[in-house]
Amino acid sequence: MHPAPSVIIFTTFSGLGLGLLFWLGISPDPHGGWVGFTFFFIAFALACGGLAASTFHLGHPERALKAFTQWRSSWLSREAWSAAGALAVMGLYAFFWVLLGIHIAPLGWLGALLCLATVGTTSMIYTQLKTVPRWNHWSTPALFFALSLGGGALLAGYINTAVFLIALSGAVQAYWFWQGDQRFSDSGTDLGTATGLGSRGKVRAFEPPHTGTNYLLNEFVYVVGRKHGDKLRLISLALSTVLPLLLLLTNPGHLLAVIAVISHVTGVVVSRWLFFAQAEHVVGLYYGKR
Amino acid sequence: MTSLPEQTDRKLGLVIDLDTCVGCHACVISCKGWNTENYGAPLSDQDPYGADPVGTFLNRVHSYEVQPDQGPAQLVHFPKSCLHCDDAPCVTVCPTGASYKRVEDGIVLVNEDNCIGCGLCAWSCPYGAREMDAAEGVMKKCTLCVDRIYNENLPEEDREPSCVRTCPAGARHFGDFSDPESNVSKLSAERGGMDLMPELGTKPVNKYLPPRPKDSWQGEVDVLAPWLEPVAQEPQGFFGWLDKALEKF
Ligand code: SF4
Ligand code: SF4
Repeated sequence: MHPAPSVIIFTTFSGLGLGLLFWLGISPDPHGGWVGFTFFFIAFALACGGLAASTFHLGHPERALKAFTQWRSSWLSREAWSAAGALAVMGLYAFFWVLLGIHIAPLGWLGALLCLATVGTTSMIYTQLKTVPRWNHWSTPALFFALSLGGGALLAGYINTAVFLIALSGAVQAYWFWQGDQRFSDSGTDLGTATGLGSRGKVRAFEPPHTGTNYLLNEFVYVVGRKHGDKLRLISLALSTVLPLLLLLTNPGHLLAVIAVISHVTGVVVSRWLFFAQAEHVVGLYYGKR
Repeated sequence: MTSLPEQTDRKLGLVIDLDTCVGCHACVISCKGWNTENYGAPLSDQDPYGADPVGTFLNRVHSYEVQPDQGPAQLVHFPKSCLHCDDAPCVTVCPTGASYKRVEDGIVLVNEDNCIGCGLCAWSCPYGAREMDAAEGVMKKCTLCVDRIYNENLPEEDREPSCVRTCPAGARHFGDFSDPESNVSKLSAERGGMDLMPELGTKPVNKYLPPRPKDSWQGEVDVLAPWLEPVAQEPQGFFGWLDKALEKF
């Protein structure tokens, strides 16, 4: 799948922002005043920035409001509702607490729940696709939740929780990377079932339908950088998990914490790039590719 | 509404005969010709006369080689367009309701005025039947020529999809699969019409007829063959003498 920057930015930063909002929402004694304002500002900037980026890959962003209509059947529409709900409820919660000094805990819990729902629905947009076997697995939502909550805890400064969740997300990530390599062949879909000719012999793509490229090849058959896949996976794990854990375990000051955050976010961006670049869509089979 | 209908009154679709298709791409061209000037936005091309032309097409013809365990390989031309699936994932993923399956005839369409161009429907289609138009930013797909099949301004014989009307080999057939007596239902039953990627559960309406097995000479003797056997096994007369004489050397 084509790793479009808008979608990588969207999933990475909205995930982080929503994770931070989650922890701010359930905190029994949140920071008030300027410190509280800064936390909420960072969270909203990440979440809103990420969600705004997601509209850049639309052919008609001016019609984006129509995406709220099909929540009964479409995960993308459900995501739009949860995101709008999460931002609205957390906005209200932050307004009352930071500006008026009134802490309405249940509002925070509701907002935290909606943040989780947004991360979940985002991951389901990918998980639901049977056409991309690497994504079509329970471990995809698990990965999105672990990264969002881990990154959120890191930003919120909950060191112990962050250590636990970042270690967990690293484990899920490693499982997702390497076990995912199996899933296309496990799915049983190959050129034989794609053409229905598999029972008669070995099927080989002989001539493509067009000499140049097209939308399908550009969007679904992305092969650039595949040969560096394993190296990039290790880099991603080192930056998102290993280095932040080492830094956190040294009981860091502000500067090291900032480095841990930057390292983690960079690692997640690499992971998201691989999430798309290494995902093979079954339509590639028709072109004799994967 | 992007929920799928429980069931459709009719099931219009195509039978594509892989035995008959000669891979001439006439259906590709006629499809582009009709659909670029009728239903919805035109099918644009980018850099059409330059070094890297790309464009939107609703029907494309692949070619495959099938090598059986024994015997010669077979070349199969393979036209592919939307299969108007009964359980169409492209419809349920659509966030706007732009993609829908019609209750009256089962055709899967895109209402382009509602399409935000998110591309998710193309992601969910296993067959590569949807292409985002680069100029319009909306999703394009086969409409089963909904603007021909009911079009009373066209002569009767033209009220079928453009690809079917055009195919010079008669490899494409159009009809109603909900009627067991229709041409397409009968053809599909007779020739073992297949689903593509049945394991993905899309329940395609369009069926593909498998190529017939290739002729082989093993175990088959033509009735005329005995008449073609060489008559004289042993040379006689002058050639007989010559044959024997030469043997002696
Ligand atoms: S072939 Fe693809 S676009 Fe057509 S109905 Fe099936 S899933 Fe949808
Ligand atoms: S590209 Fe258009 S038709 Fe396809 S899912 Fe998005 S809004 Fe629906």
